[in-house]
Amino acid sequence: MDQQTATFEFLCRMGDNTLVLGHRVSEWCGKAPVLEEDIALANVALDLIGQTQMWLGLAAEVEGAGRTADDLAMLRDVWDFRSALLVEQPNGDFGQTLMRQYLFDQWHVAVLTALMESADPRVADIAAKSVKEARYHVERSADLVIRLGDGTEESHGRMQAALDKLWPFFGELFDDDPVDAAMAEAGIAPLPSGLRADVDQEVAAVMAQATLVIPADRFAHRGGKTGIRHSEHLGHMLTQMQWLQRAYPGATW
Amino acid sequence: MYAQMVKSEATQDDPAKLAAFQARIDAGEKVEPKDWMPEGYRKTLIRQIGQHAHSEIVGQLPEGNWITRAPTLERKAILLAKVQDEAGHGLYLYGAAETLGVSRDEMTEMLLDGRMKYSSIFNYPTLTWADMGAVGWLVDGAAIMNQVPLQRTSFGPYARAMVRICKEESFHQRQGFDIMMKMAGGTPAQRRMAQNALDRFWFPALMMFGPSDKDSVHSAQSMAWKIKMNTNDELRQKFVDQTVPQAEYLGLTVPDDTLAWNEAKGGYDFAEPDWAEFFDVLKGNGPCNVDRLEARNKAWDDGAWVRDALMAHAEKHANREVAAE
Ligand SMILES: [Fe+2]
Ligand SMILES: [Fe+2]
Repeated sequence: MDQQTATFEFLCRMGDNTLVLGHRVSEWCGKAPVLEEDIALANVALDLIGQTQMWLGLAAEVEGAGRTADDLAMLRDVWDFRSALLVEQPNGDFGQTLMRQYLFDQWHVAVLTALMESADPRVADIAAKSVKEARYHVERSADLVIRLGDGTEESHGRMQAALDKLWPFFGELFDDDPVDAAMAEAGIAPLPSGLRADVDQEVAAVMAQATLVIPADRFAHRGGKTGIRHSEHLGHMLTQMQWLQRAYPGATW
Repeated sequence: MYAQMVKSEATQDDPAKLAAFQARIDAGEKVEPKDWMPEGYRKTLIRQIGQHAHSEIVGQLPEGNWITRAPTLERKAILLAKVQDEAGHGLYLYGAAETLGVSRDEMTEMLLDGRMKYSSIFNYPTLTWADMGAVGWLVDGAAIMNQVPLQRTSFGPYARAMVRICKEESFHQRQGFDIMMKMAGGTPAQRRMAQNALDRFWFPALMMFGPSDKDSVHSAQSMAWKIKMNTNDELRQKFVDQTVPQAEYLGLTVPDDTLAWNEAKGGYDFAEPDWAEFFDVLKGNGPCNVDRLEARNKAWDDGAWVRDALMAHAEKHANREVAAE
């Protein structure tokens, strides 16, 4: 794999994660348990969409095929997406949404922090802009996971169920593959596996405070970030997200 | 729009106090939550501010309907930010109403069980992307007409909330008009969507000012108290006069054959909306009343465990701190 292809893949992974998660979070609009959470969820979604514009914008630039960030978001089919399986998972209840957000945020802060040192200044720049938002996100999602985990019997049960359900999707974020190897070699991005130990420590601390038990099984579903085998959920998301662009090709909006 | 169901209260307060209160209002003073106020004034305001707050909250739904289908990343972000602003407006307004002695939870319960109303406009469906343009342009446009004068309303917290809200509403209107421009200047299909959106939203937007207040006895009291600053008809006329040239600029046709410039009055003559339809919508028979209330009820019910857990956690925490001391 040449460097350009690997860089494009890597940037799509970053941008597709924020795109898909931003979309999922935006599905909550007007439906949150309290007004303040409605506003907070919209904030998170807005940050993620903004980050998507930067990552996919750079991906399109690196690809050099005349596509835009919107083309990448709106006109690729499932197999060309590089989002991790975790972010494709449906919202479920508020607890599942929050748990998915927390696991993502904890990884996201770690990867963005490392990317601030990227040998590619464009990558470092996007990471520096995004990491401030991600730090705020993880502060909020960790706090809510703790409060809901250590809340009522019902909320504890729901948060434990959410963790059990989502845990098998966490490991994929730390998988290394040839794209990651190429990025690491070029000094553009860290090897994902190298982030795991620190992230695990943070997760363990938060789950302990939340009185939740991390599943012992480290089994991980794979196939999202490589695009080899996405979840069935992603296609349904795209039917909504991409509908207008596909129904009225060539129009500007 | 929030004025449309509001009736002021007959009052049994002490005449001397009432006169002094009226004098303050006439002098342009602001009434603050701790000040004495007539019961009717308080009740009318709770109803009006509450309805306004509920309208912001329910108003998230018709636009939220398109967030997951927005055609570009930028449009998605703009729409999401707009709907988020509306939630923020709800928050300021509930805050203003709370200073009058009614809690947000109480008001929410009254919305959910139908005791309190929200603006009729949000009971209409959003069917195409052009509706995101039409809602911003016409609905936020009409809201601004109603709300700008309320920045001078006599109740301090309400007036201050309006100042913040009006700034954001004018952004919303410009963003809506921007969508309309894109659509009206776009492909034939987009132009058709734009015209169709105007056709569906024109009369419901005119209804947002409420029926003619010629026959309303309550309006006069609210105007004297400076809770209501203009008559419904004045505001509706102003809205039509502002909006018709904008429609012409877009190359769209206002769906009213009788529309004509009246030189003598310096404004347009226009057809009244179908008030029978309006009262049907208020009674619960609008196209989306049932869906909107179901959606709000579901959000509230589904969120109960979260609200309970946050309370329980806070209590546990407080107890632990006490125990540790
Ligand atoms: Fe608003
Ligand atoms: Fe608005």
